Amino acid sequence: MDYTLFVIQLLNGLQLGILLFLVASGLTLVFGILDFVNLAHGSVYMLGAFVCASLTFALGNFVYALLISLPIVAVIGYGFECLIARPLYERDHLDHVLGTFGAILVIDTLAHMIWGPAGIAIPLPAALDGQTQLAPGIVVPTFRLAIITAGLIAAAGLYWLVNHTRTGMLIRAGASNRTMVTALGVDIQALFSFVFAIGAALAGLAGMLIAPITEASLGMGNNIIITAFVVIIVGGIGSMKGAFLAALLIGMIDTLGRAFLDDILKLFMSSSAAENSAPAISSMSIYLIMALILFFRPQGLFPPKLR
Amino acid sequence: MQKKVFVQGLILAAVLIVPLLLNYIGHPFYLDLATRLCILAIAAVGLNLILGYGGMISFGHAAYLGLGAYAVGIPAHHWLYGGMDAIATTNGFVQFGLALLVSGIFALLTGLICLKVKGVYFIMITMAFAQMVYYLFISIAEYGGDDGLVIDTRSEFPLVNFDDATQLFTICAVSLFFVMWLVWRISKSQFGMVLAGIKGNEQRMIAMGYNTFAYKLAAYVISGMICGFSGALLGNFTTFISPEMIDWARSGELMFMVILGGVATTFGPLLGAITFIILEEVLSTMTIYWHLPFGLLLIGVVMFVKGGLSALIPKAGDKE
Repeated sequence: MDYTLFVIQLLNGLQLGILLFLVASGLTLVFGILDFVNLAHGSVYMLGAFVCASLTFALGNFVYALLISLPIVAVIGYGFECLIARPLYERDHLDHVLGTFGAILVIDTLAHMIWGPAGIAIPLPAALDGQTQLAPGIVVPTFRLAIITAGLIAAAGLYWLVNHTRTGMLIRAGASNRTMVTALGVDIQALFSFVFAIGAALAGLAGMLIAPITEASLGMGNNIIITAFVVIIVGGIGSMKGAFLAALLIGMIDTLGRAFLDDILKLFMSSSAAENSAPAISSMSIYLIMALILFFRPQGLFPPKLR
Repeated sequence: MQKKVFVQGLILAAVLIVPLLLNYIGHPFYLDLATRLCILAIAAVGLNLILGYGGMISFGHAAYLGLGAYAVGIPAHHWLYGGMDAIATTNGFVQFGLALLVSGIFALLTGLICLKVKGVYFIMITMAFAQMVYYLFISIAEYGGDDGLVIDTRSEFPLVNFDDATQLFTICAVSLFFVMWLVWRISKSQFGMVLAGIKGNEQRMIAMGYNTFAYKLAAYVISGMICGFSGALLGNFTTFISPEMIDWARSGELMFMVILGGVATTFGPLLGAITFIILEEVLSTMTIYWHLPFGLLLIGVVMFVKGGLSALIPKAGDKE
């Protein structure tokens, strides 16, 4: 196996893992605290990409566009919470799934009406567009390093917010006992809205970060939302740490599986059989892992301590 | 009671006769629409058995439609192009038997795992298994992969000809009535009563000495086989299958039909499918953005309509 290729694929896996974490963290917060299944979370990821694309063309700079898009997406998340999520909190999961499934159709069609059916590529500023040499022989696109850095900063910020601020304390308290927190005089509704807006901003950030590589496109959210659900179930629903580690795990398995599984399979089966089965196995692998984990450890790898 | 039976009979007669009449006076398009409606209604009835009567929210039932359709397409593909002699056939009994067998086995194996978990975990694990089937068919280049597989010849049965649109429709409609009757019988049987008991309170049923897991698994397998059967009909109707049919959005649409019509009712899934197909048809001819009103309607139904359409039309539902 090629050492350089391996390191590059490892970085790609890390990048996918971090993007997955940004999407999954909002999902796991909302699910852990509100017990709300939000399929439309992926649509916010897509909106982040589209809003950022439009602003990049309007302002001429990707970085400024990204910084302005973040609060816009957070407001969209807040609006979504008020209109769609709030009336459904008290219902069962079936209603959550169907209601947010309807919301996906609405948001995707609105995006289709506003931005058209084709994807939008986002140009990068020169400083981010080049290649960086990490070590002799290992050259990676600078922007991929920027994604990883930005994602890690967001993750660290979230960790600080949840674990070291008063708001974070209330969020954690709300996750373990909602009734008690309300009884202590906390406006739980405002807290929920805040959590929703934060989750939306993080998912939107993931969309903005990936858009210069894959371009902003309709349906991009529907692909990642399912993977993000796999992440939060593998990690343990409601657990931040679980979501982070599971996102990295799933990101690595998915990327490395696609890149190297055929080579590994060739060691013990004919090369044509390996080439045929490798894509199938690597696409299915994350679902397989989720099924195995649900079977042997239904609470996930790192379930939150206080439930 | 008399009136209720009358309304129900009227709905069934309309489903069977109106499309045939429209076809007779020169609108074959409506016959096609009604065939699709009947096929999807069969799947919705199958899903209703576990979702409505059993309280198991499966988010992966499109997988069974796909498996059923591929069970028709793959033997026909090999019959025309060689290879895999053991299953290469256009015999309808073999193909439909295969569809029932494969979907039954898939439901049994996945059910053994899925039914260990509850709530949102059940929703997600059924979805995960459907995604596995989706990626499996995407990656098999022999059967068209991403592009899908054209079924060049339909299933062959003695006496009936599936190439004839009228006959195919009649078969689908009659199958639908049979499946509705079957699920109605199941729901009224002792088995159905236990299932309803499990939906209400599983702990109590366990305490009463029932092996609830076995009951749920049996219902899950029957439901999967009904959807597999519907998939085999769908393959014959569209003469084309693609992994896109297994996509999780399709599973969501099936759920929507059941909820729209009213869960745990005999006529609910049919009413849901009728409304779904007609809305889809009307809206999609009006605008390419038809998903917008469709999604709004879905949200509206979830928020404001308790018990689905059969609750809005009390005489048509079969809840006493």
